[in-house]
Amino acid sequence: MNFPILSSLILLPIVGALFLFFTKDKDGNNLTAKYVALFTTIVNFLISIYLWISFDPTTSSFQFVEERNWIKDFINYKVGVDGISILFILLTTFITPLCVVSVNNSIKNRLRDFLIAILIMESFMIGVFCALDLVVFYLFFEAGLIPMFLIIGIWGGSKRVYSAFKFFLYTLLGSVLMLVAIISIYWISGTTDVIKLYELGIDAKYQNLLWLAFFSSFAVKTPMWPVHTWLPDAHVEAPTAGSVLLAAILLKMAGYGFIRFSLGLFPVASEVFTPLVYTLSVIAIIFTSFIALMQEDMKKLIAYSSIAHMGFVTLGIFTLQQQGIEGSIIQMISHGLVSAALFLCVGVVYDRMHSRLIKSYGGIVTIIPKYSILFMLFTLAALGLPGTFGFIGEFLILMGAFKDNFLVAVIASFGVILGAAYMLWLYKRVVFGKLVNEDLKQMMDLNRSEYLILTCLAVPTLFFGFYPEPLFNTIEVSVSDLINMHNSNIASN
Amino acid sequence: MYNLNLVLPEIFISLSIMFLLILGVFKKDSSKIIYNLSILILLITAVITFNETLAINRVTLFNDSIIVDYLSSLMKIITLLGAFMVLLISSSYLKTFKIFKIEYPILILCSVLGMMVMISSNDLLVFYMGLELQSLALYVLATFNRDQIKSSEAGLKYFVLSALSSGLLLYGCSLIYGFSGSTNFDEIAKQLNYNEYILTFGIVFILVGLAFKVSAVPFHMWAPDVYEGSPTSVTLFFTMVPKIAALTVFIRFLYVPFLNLIDQWQLIIVFLSISSMLFGAIAAIGQTNLKRLIAYSSISHIGYTLAGLATNTNEGLQSSIIYITIYIVMNLALFSCLLMLKRNNQYYEDIDDLSGLSKNHPLLSLSLLIILFSLAGIPPLAGFFAKFYIFKAVLEQSMYFLAIVGLLSTVVAAFYYLRIIKIIYFDKEKEKFDNDHNLWLKFSLTFSTILILLYFISPSQLIDVVSRINII
Repeated sequence: MNFPILSSLILLPIVGALFLFFTKDKDGNNLTAKYVALFTTIVNFLISIYLWISFDPTTSSFQFVEERNWIKDFINYKVGVDGISILFILLTTFITPLCVVSVNNSIKNRLRDFLIAILIMESFMIGVFCALDLVVFYLFFEAGLIPMFLIIGIWGGSKRVYSAFKFFLYTLLGSVLMLVAIISIYWISGTTDVIKLYELGIDAKYQNLLWLAFFSSFAVKTPMWPVHTWLPDAHVEAPTAGSVLLAAILLKMAGYGFIRFSLGLFPVASEVFTPLVYTLSVIAIIFTSFIALMQEDMKKLIAYSSIAHMGFVTLGIFTLQQQGIEGSIIQMISHGLVSAALFLCVGVVYDRMHSRLIKSYGGIVTIIPKYSILFMLFTLAALGLPGTFGFIGEFLILMGAFKDNFLVAVIASFGVILGAAYMLWLYKRVVFGKLVNEDLKQMMDLNRSEYLILTCLAVPTLFFGFYPEPLFNTIEVSVSDLINMHNSNIASN
Repeated sequence: MYNLNLVLPEIFISLSIMFLLILGVFKKDSSKIIYNLSILILLITAVITFNETLAINRVTLFNDSIIVDYLSSLMKIITLLGAFMVLLISSSYLKTFKIFKIEYPILILCSVLGMMVMISSNDLLVFYMGLELQSLALYVLATFNRDQIKSSEAGLKYFVLSALSSGLLLYGCSLIYGFSGSTNFDEIAKQLNYNEYILTFGIVFILVGLAFKVSAVPFHMWAPDVYEGSPTSVTLFFTMVPKIAALTVFIRFLYVPFLNLIDQWQLIIVFLSISSMLFGAIAAIGQTNLKRLIAYSSISHIGYTLAGLATNTNEGLQSSIIYITIYIVMNLALFSCLLMLKRNNQYYEDIDDLSGLSKNHPLLSLSLLIILFSLAGIPPLAGFFAKFYIFKAVLEQSMYFLAIVGLLSTVVAAFYYLRIIKIIYFDKEKEKFDNDHNLWLKFSLTFSTILILLYFISPSQLIDVVSRINII
């Protein structure tokens, strides 16, 4: 048997967390804890890079598969990656070290515990993206609630308790129906192994209900309109690193789930419910963009823009076109980078001025120019300017959508304009304009660690904006095979 | 001649009780010796049960009135170990309240004996005898802290309501006897294979009596008051040990004498299960006292256990037994924490007393965090697997309504568990609690928390243990 590289990806952060658990918790600047966490996450990132290099993109079958007996005669612990999941694993291992670096400025108390929570979170998220058994997937999917609840609740802002509860209960409520569906699948098909289920297929008469049960969970997590309301609260109250994890990776679990499970396991139902997803996505894009326009809180604005972006993602997935699905995956990766960067940008000014309100800023371009440049780059990427990473995903999704449904595509394109409007207006009000607030003059420009984080995010944003080829190479075969499988399933039913 | 080795555990424990009583009379200040001896006796009895009866598949004794099979042996061992742990961790509590008396361990032994008789009963009369023996001991235990008005109130309430339910149960037994002409379970099963209007009454009365003993809604009213009023160590005993015996009797009744009448009782069990799950979850939200809250949460957990029984399959029974076992471990852990909340010789039981616990007692808070998330059924903790097996069994029978209501009530229940976590982790700290705990208390907390946390590594073990239970 080969080296269990995926399991070690999952386990390594836990080992790091255990190590941290046995170190002493000092108040203030706990360098040991930070270095341990940073070391763990960077090693994890390097392993995942190695995974990507040794990944064979010419096949859509799952690679690095590990299978172990877990619950006898029932569930096997099974993990593996294909072209779709490997990118999400990379995203996770890339974002987490940046989160660890970013705690420098924002987390004042119980730093060690915070890092433990982040590390455990990382392990669960990687688990979600490589689980090849429905129960194992559910386990990781749900387990992530615990550290996130604590991250929001302990280190969050003033309304943190409300937000943490809302986050937890919303997601839990969505997920329990998925559990019912998973166990039902076991009784219908006799297995919860995803690869076997792909081959066997699930009887068409059950698919609609099962699809809805999975949808209830993923829709809450995405989040789709009208169950999106937990997201702005959670984002606003979470500490910066928490918001970053939430926006960059947690939301992607649902998008990934849609592709892997909703499309893969329930092809007939996916066709049936496409209009529903289209409607909700379009509403999400337009409606939340308008809401975003009205926001006075920077974090809330970005949170609503996340919902709009995820609306594009769900739209793209259910176009069931090569471009649409590829676009959605690219959009998720780019949104992962860009929204993480934007939350970090908000975090930077918040750490200095302790205000997230747009109106308390204005005219800071001359005071902190470095920050303004980087912030502009990410703003442009968020609104999908050609040449940035954000453009490619949106463009492909719209292309896929035009092929499938003209009207939906036209309305969604309108969302792109709105996106440009709220992002540019935000930028204008925060960075340009007259310097009214005298306190802003004391602001320091980016310090070393902030500069490092934002540059780390800016490089791939620009690089993949001009040259997305490596990503497409990775996902292309997997996506086209998924669509072929889908079409043949539809044809046979 | 019967093989008396099979009832050796019961014989041993009865002789020990008599010996301890005599010792208590003749030796002064013997409470400590008797306490420690009782702990030892429970352990020895468990070992005897393990050695003598665990390998037996099914033997009946004394004109078929006692049954020794794998189910009874397993449940006896769980009962004995549960009682063993309870005695192990409650000595410091008893000493604080100056109720460290010889009667306490002896009463616990008596009720354990009663439970063992219940578990092994294959006859209505033997069952009733065991039930009354355990109940009488429990009434006294509930009032054990007699100087406190709440404790006396708890005992009295428990006594009156329990006597009422015993009456209902006896009436049900007499009806069943009238129809079948026998008090023996196997005999009743042979006779009762027809549908009769009045027969349903007999079943209902017996089920009501049993539902009262496990405190399933709508026969749960006594539980919150009794749990709150009794000394904490007794509450711990209440929430853990009698439930095992009552569950075994439930299984026996439903699947031996009433097996052919499944149409009559299935709906009743489903109703008891759904109402317990929902009511337990909703009523716990408003509680401010931890013991009351645990009472409601135990009601809701009993609802899940009953859901497994309603399935009419071996998997269902097994999942119920797994559930109750995991629940007992979680409860042990939770009460170990509760027994640590001591400051200046006073125990604290309000939820608000936990405020900001995580600052002063990080390890205790971490254990509580794990325990509470496990009780809420969040993966990857043991509580999740307990629920998972139950719903697996329930969904096999396509009982979707039961499964969905059950899972939705876990969301409601999650709310009040989260509320405790919020108070521990998010709120402002209060004064420190004492740190010098009994070694056994620390041991039991660590041990049970680690079990809960690491159960997911090898979940098959517990399944292997229960998979030999094949009643149907």
